[in-house]
Amino acid sequence: MIRGVQIDLISAERLDRLTSMEKIRLILDDVMEGNIVVLEKGLAPDEQSKLIEITMREITPDGFSGIEMETYPVKDTPDGFFSRLFGGKRSETRLTVIGPANQLKTIKKEKDLISAWVSSR
Amino acid sequence: MEFLVRTKQRISQFLKTLFKKRTCRIGIYGPPNAGKTTLANRIVRDWTGDAVGPVSEVPHETRRVRRKQDVTITGQNGNSLTFDIVDTPGVTTKIDYNEFIEYGFEKEEAVRRAREATEGVAEAMHWLREDIDGVIYMLDSTQDPFQQVNIMMVGIIESRKLPILIVGNKNDLPDASPARIKSAFPQHPVIAISSLEGTNMDELYEKMTAYFG
Repeated sequence: MIRGVQIDLISAERLDRLTSMEKIRLILDDVMEGNIVVLEKGLAPDEQSKLIEITMREITPDGFSGIEMETYPVKDTPDGFFSRLFGGKRSETRLTVIGPANQLKTIKKEKDLISAWVSSR
Repeated sequence: MEFLVRTKQRISQFLKTLFKKRTCRIGIYGPPNAGKTTLANRIVRDWTGDAVGPVSEVPHETRRVRRKQDVTITGQNGNSLTFDIVDTPGVTTKIDYNEFIEYGFEKEEAVRRAREATEGVAEAMHWLREDIDGVIYMLDSTQDPFQQVNIMMVGIIESRKLPILIVGNKNDLPDASPARIKSAFPQHPVIAISSLEGTNMDELYEKMTAYFG
């Protein structure tokens, strides 16, 4: 039997329909099954904060040991004519990869390139 | 007449309680083993002669948030700042008890430490959302500042609109590179120190009074 890793790519539209807690639960349930989750649009900083907190509560000895997460820093972009005029900015979250800490390892991270390695369980 | 005086006192007390500005709380955040407790101890020892908690080379030595109240510091510019210093457990997205076994702990103790460390990280994140007014984000100058946890944490702190001072610690070590930290976070002031040797603490105190005051 061929051993592999399931990768779930979640679209921005699907994420937009979910509440913060629904997003976090979706990610953690998936990652705890040993899958890799790729979010087309990343999590807001407050959601990242809650993800860290809830991840900590899910860690068990000889079981789930946490997550590895890779994304680019939030990008500030001008939001429409008035924002450009008055200097307002919208924070844009970016492509994010999340996986089990014991299966996903970052090899190299640069400003515009993230290289990661995934192992099967 | 006595009734009126007592009522006036009560109203005055009520208004004082209502409008009293609480002391600002400065949290020391950062990844495990950056030297957060060493810095907290240095600040508290310098200004009160006391300490905050034990330090160790084993990661996650601080597994509970610790607060030292009413620490007053004075910068070289003569400005003073009174604040509560909040020393927090190192923030991470993963904790494996085997990490403690590598430091020579028995399995039972390693599992206990790992469990406490997970609770400590969750507690630190909760404090950041609810009870912190300013952040010293502490990094080990010999490590890669672009680690995901640092990018995430600085983003979280920025989104809460909290003032943030980035401190590059362990500057006494030969492979320390505060320039790398400055290039990672150009939007924030970066101060290079050695909290173990007490190097450059004057600059830190001056920046703290100016930035958090």
